[in-house]
This record gives sequence, C-alpha cells and structure tokens, in this order.
Amino acid sequence: MNKIPNRAAICDVLMQHAKEDKDVVVLCSDSRGSASLAPFAGAFPEQFVEVGIAEQDLVGIAAGLAKCGKKAYAASPACFLSTRSYEQAKVDCAYSNTNVKLIGISGGVSYGALGMSHHSAQDIAAMSAIPNMRVYLPSDRFQTAQLIEALLQDEKPAYIRVGRNPVEDIYTEENCPFVMDQATALRVDEMFVRKHGETGDSQSEEAQLPVAGRGFLPVKIEDVAEGKETFDLVIVACGEMVRPALDAAVLLAGEGVRAIVLDMYCVKPLDVQAIVKTASQAKGVLTVEEHAPFGGLGSMVSQVVGEHCPRRVVNLSLPDAPVITGTSKEVFDYYGLNAEGIAQKAKELLA
Amino acid sequence: MNLQEKCYDLRKDVVDMIMAGNGGHIGGDMSVMETLATLYFKVMNISPENQDDPDRDRFVMSKGHCVEALYAVLAAKGFFPIEEVIEKYSRFASPYIGHPNNKLPGIEMNSGSLGHGLPVAVGMALAGKMDKRDYRVYVVLGDGELAEGSNWEGAMAARQYHLDNLCAVVDRNRLQISGNTEDVMGEDDLEARLTAFGWNVVQCDGNSVSALEDAFAQAKACKGKPTFVIANTTKGCGSAVMENKASWHHHVPTKEEYEQIIKDFAQRKEALHE
Repeated sequence: MNKIPNRAAICDVLMQHAKEDKDVVVLCSDSRGSASLAPFAGAFPEQFVEVGIAEQDLVGIAAGLAKCGKKAYAASPACFLSTRSYEQAKVDCAYSNTNVKLIGISGGVSYGALGMSHHSAQDIAAMSAIPNMRVYLPSDRFQTAQLIEALLQDEKPAYIRVGRNPVEDIYTEENCPFVMDQATALRVDEMFVRKHGETGDSQSEEAQLPVAGRGFLPVKIEDVAEGKETFDLVIVACGEMVRPALDAAVLLAGEGVRAIVLDMYCVKPLDVQAIVKTASQAKGVLTVEEHAPFGGLGSMVSQVVGEHCPRRVVNLSLPDAPVITGTSKEVFDYYGLNAEGIAQKAKELLA
Repeated sequence: MNLQEKCYDLRKDVVDMIMAGNGGHIGGDMSVMETLATLYFKVMNISPENQDDPDRDRFVMSKGHCVEALYAVLAAKGFFPIEEVIEKYSRFASPYIGHPNNKLPGIEMNSGSLGHGLPVAVGMALAGKMDKRDYRVYVVLGDGELAEGSNWEGAMAARQYHLDNLCAVVDRNRLQISGNTEDVMGEDDLEARLTAFGWNVVQCDGNSVSALEDAFAQAKACKGKPTFVIANTTKGCGSAVMENKASWHHHVPTKEEYEQIIKDFAQRKEALHE
C-alpha cells in the first residue's frame, strides 16, 4: 500500500534541484502544508515565496519571477488555481510565455466532502483551452517525479494536476517508462493474471499488486501499428483514473477481454499518434477521467478518434452536476470510476 | 529641445498612429506621456543595447490600453522605427497591436487585462532581491484600474517583502470610460489607502517631467518599502479639444479635430520654449 502522495513526489524532485539551482523557486498561497511543500519552505526559505490566500497574486508574482530567470512552481488547490487565477494563467503565463509551472493540488474530487467549491472538475477543460498552456495529470508518484524532472528542463508554462491522496503504484523506481508528451501504453501480463487468479484477488496481497514489469507489460505503439499486439479495447485514462483502469483491464483479462490502457498523463499536448494507432486496431475506445463530461480527456479523445479512425467511444467521467460529497473513494465508487465500474462499462461498449 | 517639449512631438506620433490605425486610447495616452518619457529618458537604464542585460531596470505597462504612448516612447528610444508603427499599428496581422506584447523588442510582459501589472512587478522585484541585483522595477497603472482587487493583493505582497526596488505609478487622470472615477468607484483617499497598505506615497504633477523626476528620486531614496507615485494628470493632456473629457477615452479625432489638436501641441511646445 503506497503511502506517498504525488504531491510529495513533486516536493522531493524540486528539493533535489533547488540544492544545485537557486533559480528553482516555489510559491504557495497559504498552501504549503496541503501541497506537501513545507519541507521545501523549511530547507530553502530564500527560494520560497508565501503570498497568502491570494491566487491571482500567486500566479502574477510567479510570472514576474519567471520573467527574471526563475523557474517558478506555483502550488495551490486546483479548484482555486484553475478558476480564481485563470486570467493570470492565460495572460501572465501562457500569453506572455513565462516559465511558470502551475501545480494544482488536491485536484478533482480530492476534497470530496468539502463540496463543489473545492472540487476541480473543470480544470482540464479550462486550462486546455488556453493557447500555449500544457496540461499534465500524472498517474503515480514515479511518473510524477519523471514529469517534474522533464518540466524542469523546459521554459514554457504548464498546468499540472495531482490528487491529495496516495495513489497505488503503477510503476516502480526501476520500471517507469516515460517519454515526455507520449502516453505510456500498458497491457495486462496474462501469465500474471492466470497465476494470481482470474478475479483480481491478487490485489488483496500487497506484495502481489501488479505494477509495470510485474503484472503489466509496456506496449510499443509501433508494435500495435504493425499488428504485433492484438486486443479488443483501448482504455484511455489520466491522473488517478489510470490505476483503476489498469485494475479493470485485469478483471477484463479474466473474462477474456483484452485491453490496452493508455496512461495519457499528457492531456495537452495530447498524444494523438498513440490514440490513433491503438484505436485503429480496436473495436472501441473507453475514456476515464476525474473531470466533468465536457472539454476533458473524453472530449479530446473523441475528437481525435472521430477524425482519424471513427469507431465507438464511450466517456466515463464525473457528471455535469454538483458532485456528490464523500471521500474520493466513495465518490469514485458511486459514479463507477473504479475497476468494476470501468470493466462493466467496457463490456457494455463491446457488447 | 528638452524632454517636456519632446513630449509634444511624441503626442503627435500617438495621434498620427491613432488616425492611421483608426483606433486607440487617446485620452490615457496623452495623460501618461510624461510618465513614460521621464522613466525611459531620465530614470530607467533600458535601451535597445541592454535589453537582455539581467541588470537592466524592468518596466511593466499595466494600463496596457495606452500602448500607443508606449510605442511612441519606445520608438524614440530606438527599439523600432516610428514610421513602421504608424504604418502598421492596428492593421491585420500587425506586430503593433492594441496592447503591449513581448514579441516586440523593449516589451517585457503582455498586458491588456487590468490588474495584472502590479503582481507581476512584485515578482520581478522579488527576483531582483533574491539575486541581489540592484535593478529597479517600474509599473504604470491607470486610476480606474485600481478597482481591480488583484492590485491590492500585489500591494500587500510588496509591503510584506519590503520591495524598495519597486515603484508603482498611478496615472491619476480622474476619468475612466464611464465618467469621473469618483462617480464610478471613488478613490479620492488613495494616498491614505496606499499608506495604510504600508507603501511610501509621493504625489506629483504627472504632466511635469521635472516633478516626476523628483518623485522618482524620492522613490529611489526610500528604503524598506515600495513607493507609489500618484501622478496627478489631465486626461487628454495637450489640447483643449480632448482635455478632461471622458468621451475621449478612445475617440478617434475627426480631420478638423486632428488639425486643431496638432495646432495646440505646437502652441504649447512653443510656449515652453519661450
């Protein structure tokens, strides 16, 4: 059971770099605790800026710092960062092309019990609509670390959403295939499924949780295009939904349905090639996201599939309504955003 | 020709730009002219030669709609030819658009949405403090713009971080698009408000180069806190045709008005010379 949330992985990477690079700066809006960035503030007080509860100021100041050579990481709850400071993200970051990385923490329904004010089910749509703004939703802590490492190497703005709670590992330290702006394609290792039972019971044993290289196998998109991989379905997921999508793939494998899961952490720029090359070989496409039904991953994937390789696409998301309140898990279970719900939807799609 | 006189030539460039491009925020361009000219010609170490120098002063035009005045001053500084601006301003696919954009040399930040410049300038000043560079940061705001709450967030942060390398200027021309600022959203107690926010506040005649020079010297001398210069100006300054008329916020002069305005500029310039 992983206990480390993705936000803590961000702090770790930034601290490693801040030691050597004084231009790495972190800004918070009274959010250092919830962003897991208190260790950074403690270790690098000269590279940390507290702006108080003022998200517009947070992003504007970050842009000014970036314009003067800083690598500015502005962290604030995704619900506020993607709405209260939307215009600063648009004008001061994207339009002015400043090196600001906006870290939306506690994204989606992480603050599930706190109500709609604290949900960010609109951030993918909002941020993706801004020219020159990139949008990333990393799936687990290892991929989050790789993503932040990659973002430290470029000078363009980006929005990164992570959740509040630890996510079960998908990858491992040694086995986390990552190419910037390319989806990671995984499929179930059927040997593993057979060995550990066909109903997903393997999950009860912590040590036997499937991860990349042990239960899940990376798929080369070129092999798919050449017909070397055969499968029925593509599941495209991002952020916290990748893990349940993979667990759903295990359940489906037990029933003889083969799925490829695209970990589409790069929602914008979307990995169009990966979608087209996999969808072209599949009977249908299922998208899964912790987001409103409009303007998110599902909308984008549908657009791509509709244009390049028309076939059935079903979008699994939060509803276009105030989301029911509860813990993330309760909310996900209610809306079928879990392994069973995703597997069920997949079977309906293929029926 | 001194800078005060030169401001009338720059005003003519602005009016020519607006006539040619058939648009622009003429009233605020006229009121802010001395502020921009004084900063670029007397105060800031910014020029085409040092535009990539990390020690250059930084300038942010928060009242971005008065970009025509900024174009005239940047052209006079040699960043681009004024003839090119007048020819292309506001035309299809022109680089000289109706708000500052940093694809042009000499412009640091894009603006247009009000209430953005001060927080950005706070970030620039913070970076200067972090890197122990002694450049200064200047940001020019409109008075109507001060109704944007984000300015006050920035004002708090500037005080919190003792940004004495930051100087904000408000072009206090007392008019905005709907009328008198006091009728739209009053701010006559601006000095008290800014003082209460922990800023050093200097009031001056914002259409006087020498008064502005003095104000900027006071700002530079003040240590431990940021300075706000309240530049008291006349909207449409330069010709009675435009002065103190809210309707000239973005009015394009008729041919007759144009001729009178140019005549008035020449007369006022001449009067300065005598």
